[in-house]
Amino acid sequence: MSNPEQLRYSKEHEWLSPAEDGVATVGITEFAANALGDVVYAQLPEAGSTVTAGETCGELESTKSVSDLYAPVSGEVTEVNDDVVDDPSLVNSAPFEGGWLFKVRVTEEPDDLLSADEYTEFSAG
Amino acid sequence: MPLDARKPRRTALDAVHRSLGATMTDFAGWDMPLRYGSERDEHQAVRTAAGLFDLSHMGEITVTGPDAAALLDHALVGNIGALRPGRARYTMICRADGGILDDLIVYRLAGGRPGPAGAADEYLVVANAANADTVLGALTERAAGFDAVVRDDRDAYALLAVQGPASPGILAPLTDVPLADLKYYTGAPGDVAGVPALIARTGYTGEDGFELFVSPGDAERLWAALTEAGAAVGLVPCGLSCRDTLRLEAGMPLYGHELSTALTPFDAGLGRVVKFDKAGDFVGRAALEEAAGRAESAPPRRLVGLVAGGRRVPRAGYAVVAAADGAVIGEVTSGAPSPTLGRPIAMAYVDAAHAEPGTAGVAVDIRGSHEPHEVVALPFYQREK
Repeated sequence: MSNPEQLRYSKEHEWLSPAEDGVATVGITEFAANALGDVVYAQLPEAGSTVTAGETCGELESTKSVSDLYAPVSGEVTEVNDDVVDDPSLVNSAPFEGGWLFKVRVTEEPDDLLSADEYTEFSAG
Repeated sequence: MPLDARKPRRTALDAVHRSLGATMTDFAGWDMPLRYGSERDEHQAVRTAAGLFDLSHMGEITVTGPDAAALLDHALVGNIGALRPGRARYTMICRADGGILDDLIVYRLAGGRPGPAGAADEYLVVANAANADTVLGALTERAAGFDAVVRDDRDAYALLAVQGPASPGILAPLTDVPLADLKYYTGAPGDVAGVPALIARTGYTGEDGFELFVSPGDAERLWAALTEAGAAVGLVPCGLSCRDTLRLEAGMPLYGHELSTALTPFDAGLGRVVKFDKAGDFVGRAALEEAAGRAESAPPRRLVGLVAGGRRVPRAGYAVVAAADGAVIGEVTSGAPSPTLGRPIAMAYVDAAHAEPGTAGVAVDIRGSHEPHEVVALPFYQREK
């Protein structure tokens, strides 16, 4: 399992892409997807809503459990991945690509996001 | 054998699970495979082809001696004396107050099984892993005055299960036992892939299948042979996660969820396992006769099936509520997304007034939101025979 270099990571196992025109993409890591098992339902924040870094903004249901989804940054949700809403298994099959969750126009970013190497170490330990 | 309670036990197949990359979980003090890959794929394999399970955590207890049957008739609620050699019975062990200590399968062995040499009258009692100590203790205590020996045989067996419609075809070429004669809930001694086994046609998935009790030293060899024999028809290794969704779809109770010491078999809708007409007294008889009467005249909550209207999953412990006023009318005991139905399902104890299939206005409180659910009869899934 390798965590893409260009992404940054939260300790709640979300990843955040570099912002383009101020908009960054959010998903959960492969480590988190494997820990959850088959995701069967994704409740994502609505487009236009505001999320706050470190606070819950949705939930992911798997066979065995339900897990809160935390926003890695603060901002306004600009787009939600409808493909994941229709087929939540994308979170398992392509967590860093087709299984992205939502896009957010970033207004504030916590200073404790991790690099790929730091996250790899964090999730291993 | 005293065990370090903090250190999970490993089955004879532990190295195999690790080489397959299984996600492991601590289950009742055992380090067990939760899943190998996708638990939904494993579930579907069992419904459509076959799955291979390591169930070595289950608690085997052997009862032998001239009074073995009499002891089991006294200690359990079922009629074990009526069990013919080679037959198996689903039964329960209760407290004097009728509360369920565990649900069990009892096999009357036909002789020639692996492990320690068998006596003429020999029964294999299979308890849930979490309750094995309790059952062992209760049977030992209840054996006072009977000419019978209760033996902890947990270390004498590994238990593998092959479950699914393709399982007879996988097993038949590997064994000398004619499987056509091996009916549901029977067991016979025989060789499987050269390994001496007790071959039982039992399971916990709602599918046809077999449970193979073997010596732990033979477990890896048998696993490899079954894996190879099943590869062409889609047999895959399966973990405890899909075992839970399979049994839930099949409406089968799980101790600690649908069954507990707070409930009698009658409360759980399983009064049929209590045999009042057997010879002699048995532990719990008086309390269970009362419970039977109560279930007849004033049924308490009843165990029902719920199918979710939405996609959020009702989970164990969530309240069942009346949609009209939010009043609590029951509690979910098990819930999961059902791969077969494509919707979340649950078993729940619900007040009798709301327990009829089709009752309108039933909801589950899913983390504060009252989500509508349909009340259905159990099971959710029944295989075509």
